[in-house]
Amino acid sequence: MSTVDLNPGSVGDDLKESATRPSRLVARIWAQKQGKVGVILTAFIVILALAGPLLAPLVTGYSPTEFADRPFQTTGIFGTDNLGRSVASRFLAGGLLLLAYSVLATALGLVVGCVIGMVAGYAGGKTDSIIMRLNDVVLAFPQLVLALLAIVVLGPQGWVLVTVIGLTHAPRVARVARAATLGVTSEDYIRAAEMYAMPRARILSREIFPNITGPLCVEAGLRLTYSIGAIASLSFLGLGMQPPTADWGLMINENRIALSIQPWGVILPVIAIAILTIGTNLLADAIARATASTNVETS
Amino acid sequence: MIGKLILRRLLVSIFILLAVSVVVFAATLLLPGDPARAILGQQATEERIAALNAELHLDRSPFERYFLWLGGLFVGDFGTSTTTGGPVIELLGDRISSSLVLMLCAAVIAVPVGIAIGIFSALHRGKRRDQVVTWSTLTLAALPEFVIGIALVTLFATSVFRILPAVTMSPPGQQVWELPAQLILPTLTLALVVIPYIIRMMRATMAEVMDSGFVEMARLKGVSERQVIFRHALPHAIGPVAQVVAIQLAWLAGGVVVVEYLFRYPGIGQALIDAVTFRDVQVVQAISIIIAAVYVVVNLLADIAGILANPKLRSAS
Repeated sequence: MSTVDLNPGSVGDDLKESATRPSRLVARIWAQKQGKVGVILTAFIVILALAGPLLAPLVTGYSPTEFADRPFQTTGIFGTDNLGRSVASRFLAGGLLLLAYSVLATALGLVVGCVIGMVAGYAGGKTDSIIMRLNDVVLAFPQLVLALLAIVVLGPQGWVLVTVIGLTHAPRVARVARAATLGVTSEDYIRAAEMYAMPRARILSREIFPNITGPLCVEAGLRLTYSIGAIASLSFLGLGMQPPTADWGLMINENRIALSIQPWGVILPVIAIAILTIGTNLLADAIARATASTNVETS
Repeated sequence: MIGKLILRRLLVSIFILLAVSVVVFAATLLLPGDPARAILGQQATEERIAALNAELHLDRSPFERYFLWLGGLFVGDFGTSTTTGGPVIELLGDRISSSLVLMLCAAVIAVPVGIAIGIFSALHRGKRRDQVVTWSTLTLAALPEFVIGIALVTLFATSVFRILPAVTMSPPGQQVWELPAQLILPTLTLALVVIPYIIRMMRATMAEVMDSGFVEMARLKGVSERQVIFRHALPHAIGPVAQVVAIQLAWLAGGVVVVEYLFRYPGIGQALIDAVTFRDVQVVQAISIIIAAVYVVVNLLADIAGILANPKLRSAS
């Protein structure tokens, strides 16, 4: 990645503004094609997921768990599912939990990973190597396998899903946060803060953190994409959301035996998940490009 | 120098595997329930349960049990399944080879195709073809594997064309690779999941190398463009790609889980889902350890290859 040095003092006043300041960042993301498409796709599904549960009974006339017709019929807007419930109604109601869990898992992973990574990067030495070795242990499990292990022990509850997906993100975020922290610890302003005997926690939160938000934003987008994929995958395996919840992943699991006669129960949630993950991934890519030219290395 | 580095890397891998085994074993200790009762059923007498507990070492302390279990792994004894009552290894033998076949097929397709498309994209940098590749990889990389799988099933097996089987039927006694048509869709799904990462890395390194001085030098000397690409540029660009390829191959070990479930492919992934559904702890332990071991070993091999291929380290010895 390019590391254009925006060293204050050597450049003009207009360039002093950080490229990761919220308003500038949004403008930079919107300026790219990827960013525009990503924002639009993501916003479309988020609005659908948020407004869906309210709209479902109004549009279809059935609640997501109500019997509408015999199973796998093509009556109504998108027909019925394996238990004779309205596909349209379940589709509209099925995005909210997935979205909420994914956002929570991503937030958890970012906070934990960021703290671990910053402490490891700033402390250095033994603390650093112990933390990073422990990180490697967690990284030795594919994310899904660790999630399945947790589900065997604790059962498929919402908080288990959020916690385990979040915690498996943490070491991956920690790597990025550590690399970014190493990039700024040798800067003069950190030395100055140390010289004034600023407490370490304050240096981490006030001096280092604001300077590594660029790579962390990129991580947030990426991790959100993977969280959605992981939670939807677990529901698809029948080990995430449990019936009779209306959920996109679970819908695919319930209705895929009838893919050839009543495809809507599978196709609609698949398309929704696809649009959402593509949107967040394009957004992550746009953020990466938008923040690439700050003086923090984004690797 | 090189030997020392490799030895150190090896020790780290062994340490990680041991730590993984502790995590996996600790998960069982947290689990409520009584495996002996699960195997023998509700009507079993106390004496029989006690006898089976002794046989499964469940009467020992957790510390002893861990070492007995760990020792068993080295001689292929993965414990006793609570659903079948038989040894886990019997349950998994064929499934491990089926999964390996699937992973191997996916890798054989994904690696050369990914590298070829990556080079193609780098050589047409900034042009329309490159943009098409970039957008496709961004899109594909975002999709969860079951979404890609279902899209392929809809296209080739159920709704649009009906030319390929949507699920794997394996008659008892027959191996999956004796019916190659059934392998196509699962292989293609796995390949499509890993390809975008290989393409992106190959494109990035190749683009960088094509801008470098020695490529310009070769061109100025009048070397043909084909030779410049394949003899001068490619060997320098392929190194970092090997790392990404290794990470993707390691990912396949976990990635087969969802794909096998989707296509009802009789591998370890499907076995893992069944075991989780029936809470068959010994099987979950065994499969988690196997998948983690594949993951760690592939990463180790990649790092060793990286150490051996690094010219700076080579000349230092």
